[in-house]
Amino acid sequence: MALLAPALLGNGALLAWAIAGLPRFGDYRGPYGLVLNRIVVPLRHTTNVVMGTTFDVRGVDTMGEEFILYASVIGVTLLLRDESGARRVERRTWRLRADAVRLVGVVMVGGGLLVGLWLVAFGYITPGGGFPGGVVLSGAILVLYLVGSHCDYSPFRNQHVLDPLEAVGAGGYVVTGLAALVAGMPFLTNLFGFGRTGTLASGGSIGILNGAAGVAVTFAMLLLFAEFLETYVVPLEPEDVGS
Amino acid sequence: MTVASTLVPLQAVVFALVAIGAPLVVLTRDPLRQALVNGIYGVTLVCLFVVLQAPDPALSMLVVSAVAYPLVILAAVARVRGERRRPKETRDE
Repeated sequence: MALLAPALLGNGALLAWAIAGLPRFGDYRGPYGLVLNRIVVPLRHTTNVVMGTTFDVRGVDTMGEEFILYASVIGVTLLLRDESGARRVERRTWRLRADAVRLVGVVMVGGGLLVGLWLVAFGYITPGGGFPGGVVLSGAILVLYLVGSHCDYSPFRNQHVLDPLEAVGAGGYVVTGLAALVAGMPFLTNLFGFGRTGTLASGGSIGILNGAAGVAVTFAMLLLFAEFLETYVVPLEPEDVGS
Repeated sequence: MTVASTLVPLQAVVFALVAIGAPLVVLTRDPLRQALVNGIYGVTLVCLFVVLQAPDPALSMLVVSAVAYPLVILAAVARVRGERRRPKETRDE
């Protein structure tokens, strides 16, 4: 206690000093955002400047981010996936009996899929994009597990389907970048025409990269869910089943 | 480009909600309740991003706090509860 009080006091004083020295609320000092706000719409024809930035101006960064997700999913898979077959026994879990809950759940699956697809497709026109859209899509599919049963969900935890699709998403980003290299331009150069501002055909390769990120994130999350469900969902005792 | 240089009342209210929500998450001890409280705290952060005119981070925050994070917590809680209920030697069967 005798040590704690001066330490807290000292840290508190330093914190107060640091906060007092912060710029005022709303005081923006970086030139980067102001420059991007001016150049992205005329140069790339994407009305969502954030997407124009993440998938074009600093597209290599986003590729790194995508592979961070890819690597972490591989890590979870390596830790949790059991190839010995010991866990292959079909898990039996409760099926929800309340019709109202199931109806709401089914509506949520449909609504979630629609919102997810919209977020991915229009990501470079309105706020959204492949990353949040992909998580919404996979979340909507997960609701199927909640309102259905382990068995209903089985197509979405089949690793032989999920693994290649995840690779297609992650690899699609790199292939789009390499296409520019093949055409004799720097990696990830925006090859395609920029189209009319505010339409789905705008942005050139931004749309393709955004779609690849959407696919990669959706299947990365589904792989994660599949591994978690396989490992964590404890099968019910025989007397619990069917109750 | 115009940037609001003063805190408008709406922003002040949402900042206050975030400041109240954060300790509530920490003070909730039961993991299952904590997952719920954290979800509500996530919504206040989403509101904060919206009133600060940052819709893209708001969407990212929404999906992380509503889908990804609760799943990890709930999966872990299910595992811990299940192991407490089951005798150790019948695990993995």
